Amino acid sequence: MTGISFDISHMLAGFLVLLSFLMLYQVRLPPLLNVLAAHAFALSLSVAWQAHTQDAPHLYITAAIALLFKAILVPWVLRRMVVRMGIHREIENVVGIGLTMLAAMALVALSLEFMLPLTAKADPVVREDIALALSVVLIGLLLMVTRRNAVSQVVGFMSLENGINLAATGARGMPLVVEISVAFSVLIAFIVIGVFLFRIRERFDSVDVGTLHMFRGGRQ
Amino acid sequence: MTLDPLLGILLIPLGAAALLATIPNQRLSAALNIAASLAALVCAATLPLSRPPPHTFLMVDDFNIVFILLNTFVAFTTSIYSASYIAHEVETGRVTSRHLRFYHAMFQLMMFGMNLALAANNIGLMWVAVELATLTTVMMVGLYRTPEALEAAWKYFILGSVGIALALFGTILVYLAARPVVGEGLDAMVWTTLVSHAPTLDPSLLNIAFVFLLLGYGTKVGLAPLHAWLPDAHAEGPTPISAVLSGLLLNVALYALLRFKILMAASPGAISPGPLLIAMGLVSLIFAAFMLYRRRDIKRLFAYSSIEHMGIIVFAFGMGGPLDNLAGLLQMSMHSLTKSAIFFIVGHIAQVKGTQRMADMGGLTTSHPFLGWMLVAGVAAIAGLPPFGVFASEFLLATTTFARAPWLAIVFVLGVLLAFGGLLLRLTDIAFGEVKGPIPPVRASYLPAIAHLALVLAAGIWLPPPLIAWFQHVAAILG
Repeated sequence: MTGISFDISHMLAGFLVLLSFLMLYQVRLPPLLNVLAAHAFALSLSVAWQAHTQDAPHLYITAAIALLFKAILVPWVLRRMVVRMGIHREIENVVGIGLTMLAAMALVALSLEFMLPLTAKADPVVREDIALALSVVLIGLLLMVTRRNAVSQVVGFMSLENGINLAATGARGMPLVVEISVAFSVLIAFIVIGVFLFRIRERFDSVDVGTLHMFRGGRQ
Repeated sequence: MTLDPLLGILLIPLGAAALLATIPNQRLSAALNIAASLAALVCAATLPLSRPPPHTFLMVDDFNIVFILLNTFVAFTTSIYSASYIAHEVETGRVTSRHLRFYHAMFQLMMFGMNLALAANNIGLMWVAVELATLTTVMMVGLYRTPEALEAAWKYFILGSVGIALALFGTILVYLAARPVVGEGLDAMVWTTLVSHAPTLDPSLLNIAFVFLLLGYGTKVGLAPLHAWLPDAHAEGPTPISAVLSGLLLNVALYALLRFKILMAASPGAISPGPLLIAMGLVSLIFAAFMLYRRRDIKRLFAYSSIEHMGIIVFAFGMGGPLDNLAGLLQMSMHSLTKSAIFFIVGHIAQVKGTQRMADMGGLTTSHPFLGWMLVAGVAAIAGLPPFGVFASEFLLATTTFARAPWLAIVFVLGVLLAFGGLLLRLTDIAFGEVKGPIPPVRASYLPAIAHLALVLAAGIWLPPPLIAWFQHVAAILG
């Protein structure tokens, strides 16, 4: 793969990293969910482009799942939940946005520094995709660590999963079995999360997982 | 078809799960649960006699055959125990019949996930199976719907998902390493193909893949910096699930990690995973040993003891070599049997006393002699006292380590002694001394716990030669 098609796949993967950065400083939930939808949309474009350039039509299925399920359905459901819980106007306490952004930059630098020499023998698209995918995974982890709200943690996990999908589709010829099962387990994971969020709401009247910790007192 | 028994251990739990989801009658579903587990055990027992050849997705080899047997055996005994445990929970009104239907279906689905993970010949399929087993246990941990149970389930779910995601990233990297050699497509994820091509795989990619796999599956094993979910999940879920979590799921996650260790060992250019495993194992051991002293909840106490044992096992595999690997394999099987037996006993104790707080228990050997002495035997076994099987493996590990790396051996022995002290301290409060708390008569099924402890005792005294030969053979593969 050379020239323009390489640039396009490179650009789409770069978009994912950029959108991950955007997530880090969203302190209200609805904009965060918008970024999540955009993130999944960028992923579906990237996967579709890989399907085109690798001549692997089964990847279009993965792209369609990313588009319909992750970019449209899940953000929509989450938004409804957030509105019903009445936390769509709340401003989340996010620890040091500036510091978090710096940490995210360090993580991107780290993953590029780390992955590029290791994958020197692989073809250039795989190299870039894996390095950028690792950045997305690490920023997703960072988002989960810095947030205390259950919905934000779910968003962090989704973006992490997107990063892994990027890596899986960038790896040319990765068996379809795995992709379908990945998408499928995300689906299961979401049912689980949905069920749990509902019950957390029911029991605690809050989705701030910080409040969960008080129940541990005395149960060493 | 040659794959029949192997398909049996997968399809029986799957079919039983579907059936159990529709049966509202509690006694019938408990009986069916036992029957399905027994059928799976019978299928597994025929595996050593007629071993099917490796298939693209499934296989039986020397390494996984004993774990499949152990898995189906503990599943069977747990289903017997679970029937009496759940009957009590229904009487006291802690679970409703709708929850029960769900519980039994999830139990079989979890067994399907674990058997599939053990029998998978494809690293992608293995990952999916481990994820399935994780998700089903998350649902089980939250069964009681108390705030504590929901917190435990949520924590387990989030940490487990992150771990499993990192493991998938590692799996993708292994595929990338294999692709130039094996070619694109399904073959590059087939385990048997990967191992036969191991010397030609790109070592630097394998190295980084192993780090991700260690962090990912290591979270599920409960290794020290990544263990936060484990005590909560054990303490707040139903006790049969605590037994299966400690006895089986930790082993399955470790098995997945060991598969990749074999791959690393077969690739001459790759780093040795030993130092990483040794460090994580010793940190887990020492940390958990100290934590044992501050516990107030009896199930949390034994959950930390599981972290400690996983530390010992990972340390053993990190040391490597035929003897240490043998000790690790032996310890894995012994811990699985002993810890599930302890949870069987602890579940009945908690039901009798109506609490899990150790301060509210006491004098068990006086008030409930049989239950009390069973607990004493179980704790003696898990703490590594002779003549139980755990002693044999820990002694073997200590002696070989003293010969090879005395400083590590000192740390190891210190950790084991610390844990021994912590467990004994708690045991004397619970089992001896003045009687505390209510003393209603106990209606329990002792058979599962007796069977497990008898096996552990027998293994400590005499191991049948074919089993030793198997352990030695697998220890050699593990490198």
